[in-house]
Amino acid sequence: MPSRYQPSALHRFRRIAANQLASALAIASTVIVVAPLVAIFAYLLFKGASSLNLAFFTQTPKPVGEPGGGMANAIVGSGILLALASAIGVPIGIGGGIYLAEFGRGTRLANFIRFTADVLNGVPSIVMGIAIYALVVLPQKHFSAFAGGVALGIMMVPTITRTTEEMLLMVPHSVREAALGLGVPNWRSVLSITLKTASPGVITGCMLAFARVAGETAPLLFTALGNEFWSTSLGEPIAALPLQIYVYAISPYNEWHRLAWAGALVLILLIVLSVALVRYVTTRGVLKGTA
Amino acid sequence: MAFNLEEVRPSRPSLPPTAEADAPAQSAIRAYLLSRGNSAVSDAAFRWLMLLSGLSIFAIIGIIAGELIAGSRLTLAKFGLHFFFGTAWDPVSGHYGALPFIYGTLVSSLIALIIAVPLSIGLAIFLTEMCPKPLRGPLSFLTELLAAIPSVVYGLWAIFVLAPILRDHVNPVLIHLLGWTGLFAKPNFGIGMLAAGVILAIMILPIISSLTREVMISVPRSQREAVLALGATRWEMIRMGVLRNARIGIVGAIILGLGRALGETMAVTMVIGNRPDIVKNLLSPAYSMASVLANEFTEAADSTYLSALVEIGLALFIITILVNALARLLVWAVTRGAPARAS
Repeated sequence: MPSRYQPSALHRFRRIAANQLASALAIASTVIVVAPLVAIFAYLLFKGASSLNLAFFTQTPKPVGEPGGGMANAIVGSGILLALASAIGVPIGIGGGIYLAEFGRGTRLANFIRFTADVLNGVPSIVMGIAIYALVVLPQKHFSAFAGGVALGIMMVPTITRTTEEMLLMVPHSVREAALGLGVPNWRSVLSITLKTASPGVITGCMLAFARVAGETAPLLFTALGNEFWSTSLGEPIAALPLQIYVYAISPYNEWHRLAWAGALVLILLIVLSVALVRYVTTRGVLKGTA
Repeated sequence: MAFNLEEVRPSRPSLPPTAEADAPAQSAIRAYLLSRGNSAVSDAAFRWLMLLSGLSIFAIIGIIAGELIAGSRLTLAKFGLHFFFGTAWDPVSGHYGALPFIYGTLVSSLIALIIAVPLSIGLAIFLTEMCPKPLRGPLSFLTELLAAIPSVVYGLWAIFVLAPILRDHVNPVLIHLLGWTGLFAKPNFGIGMLAAGVILAIMILPIISSLTREVMISVPRSQREAVLALGATRWEMIRMGVLRNARIGIVGAIILGLGRALGETMAVTMVIGNRPDIVKNLLSPAYSMASVLANEFTEAADSTYLSALVEIGLALFIITILVNALARLLVWAVTRGAPARAS
């Protein structure tokens, strides 16, 4: 005869209480997580917007004590560094992704590359900076925009490789076979058919990597170094927005703190815009239609 | 992002199984077409080019390791393992001991984990199991945004907002209530080990919670339904049906967060106080491995000094590689092979 288990009222109460408590804790932790984010954004908007003016975008930094001045050189410098980084990181990253998805699928080598890319993603950016310092800056004997671009570029590679691979894997086999069936060479089919079908996702990956390195400061400390003056030469030290924010933030001058907030707002807007763009592109991606 | 591959390519040709059934890329049609064309040279070249790009990942890791080892051989030979146990950091008199930095890195990361782990698991539970549908999108977007904020902006906020809040409102309470432990004592500057730990916690939250979510989503729905069908409450369902199945992956997510915290540079440098002391008091200034690199690398005048700094970088590199590899293996162990569920 099966024994009948009758839970006591206390037992039931305890279970319900535990359930309510857990729900409350989960909701509370969500609030606690969202709070600093809102606080950071609100404060940034408040401090940044009040310090932002036309001079910020058109002038170079003024010496200590003089009011005004801007970060025009840092904005341009960041642009140059990021363009160089993209020129290095995007082709290599996409190439690696194509290898993983199209040629190496299921092989041991591909698994190992994938794993190494994930691990490389976690290597601290400052360590990258030291390595590039030893590799590029020491032989050249001076800091340069080129070294900064290389440091940021190799940081983009693992992210782009992994997202490109993931996106290419989503392309149906029938598409590849249709292309090959029409007599298209394999390399052409990969570039013009597979990669093109997956392009919204691949672009997403590139933008995410871009957004990540756009805010990097640590690898630029010993490579691009920063510059108070106009410089667009790849062989010279160059200013960058995150570097300038850092230098101004740890300075003891109120005027510079103000500029640091303005710079942070501009940097965040740049990054948020690209992330939002990415979400817009991916949620209405071409891939959805092909499935 | 978890994609359901089977859903996206339902039209695999149903051919008789070939010898290469294990490699899904090579269907019989494809193999035939590939062997037929006359573009073999360009195809082979393309393939090699792509392989080269893939191998560049190894090259990057190899170059970093090589440069770090080459750069630090001076102190490696001179101090050996004592380098990591020495407590004096005095470049002027030539004493180099990395223990204060290792201590600072470990303790600040530990504080970050203590704060971030419960919060991020709570957030992941809320987002996967409890959140009403219309809230889920915006909330996960917000936490993704938290991950997109650059380190230097966190540092800026920590200097001007977080540190004053800690100094004026949190630290006095901690000193009053927990002063007897010796962990919280004056002088109360606001900046210091605790401030670094708190800002690190905010920074690693999105990483831990998004990976925890991914792992929890990969737990099959039938597990939840089975537990619920036995009459469990929602919390019991989460605890027995989800968390128990996902625990290895969650540990992986936490370790990954730890890896990020260990290597975090800018925000920590800006609030940790930058003083190479080993003290129990969490409110006093400290130093971390990454921040000593950020502060002193460009100032290192003689070659021993530079070599000592590069060796700290090498130690950081090895530690983060090990931590990340472990975390990835744990996350893979859970998510691999698990059917993705539309969230």
